[in-house]
Amino acid sequence: MSDHIVPKKLYYMIFGALIALTLVTVGASFIDLGPFNNVVALTIAVVKALLVVLFFMHVRYSTRLTKLVVASGFLWLGILIFITLTDYLSRGWLTGVAQ
Amino acid sequence: MTESGEHSLALRHQFDTVEQQRDASTLGMWVFLVTEIMFFGGLFTAYVIYRTLYPTAFEAGSHHLNITLGAINTVVLICSSLTMALAVHGAQLGSRKALIACLLLTILLGSVFLGIKAFEYADKFAHHLVPGPNFQFEGPFSRQVQLFYSIYFGTTGLHALHMIIGIGMLSVLAWQARRGRYSAEYNTPIELVGLYWHFVDIVWIFLFPLLYLLGRH
Repeated sequence: MSDHIVPKKLYYMIFGALIALTLVTVGASFIDLGPFNNVVALTIAVVKALLVVLFFMHVRYSTRLTKLVVASGFLWLGILIFITLTDYLSRGWLTGVAQ
Repeated sequence: MTESGEHSLALRHQFDTVEQQRDASTLGMWVFLVTEIMFFGGLFTAYVIYRTLYPTAFEAGSHHLNITLGAINTVVLICSSLTMALAVHGAQLGSRKALIACLLLTILLGSVFLGIKAFEYADKFAHHLVPGPNFQFEGPFSRQVQLFYSIYFGTTGLHALHMIIGIGMLSVLAWQARRGRYSAEYNTPIELVGLYWHFVDIVWIFLFPLLYLLGRH
């Protein structure tokens, strides 16, 4: 339920994890990992966002309906980016027809 | 006056229980935040497309962003999310003092973020990196770099606008809390503005690596 009181200690732990992940992502950006630089940066960002959503925003303790709405929001964002990219990335496949 | 106001605010007549009322408010706030996810999502999609099309120009553009200031701002915003979470915690325990102190700290940290952002913007104006007639960038990708800076100012500008609105709402909450409007029984507005503030934090959690870090090595 949303009236669940999260212990202060848990907030401090999440905060510590967020700061640590920020330092890791800055550090990793200066190391050449090839294409994995993007993978590392985005994975860390997703993990940080998940920590904020689940604990700071109390979704972990929310009703199932709220969880469903939150998940569907991110699902639709995924659909938006995925389908748009299928267009842009496949344009070169039809040389002579499209640009 | 505030005592009776508190009582009627605790449970409106259309709800059966306080829990039901709180869950309905949380759900409504999340529906709004989903529209915000799609709002920023469109901008993120534009970023992904143009980064895919012009990777070299985007890397050249991001090299002119100050990674130290960006990282400091990330830490400032995470700190403000912690103080916001602690404000909600204070409200739930009915501690007016902790609630007001944490709300004011959140406002302060949000203002620090905006101050650093303004400093960064001023630097971009000084170096002619603001898209428009005065845009100047040496090299073969000038127009594509201008596209990078259009996305930079579009996303960070809208993010900053959200923060300004957030600071406004937090100020109202702090004022109302001082007048004794919130208690352990009734603190839904604190929780909902908290959700908004954390959402704005999440947007920055993505903006920072996308704009400042990718292609840095």
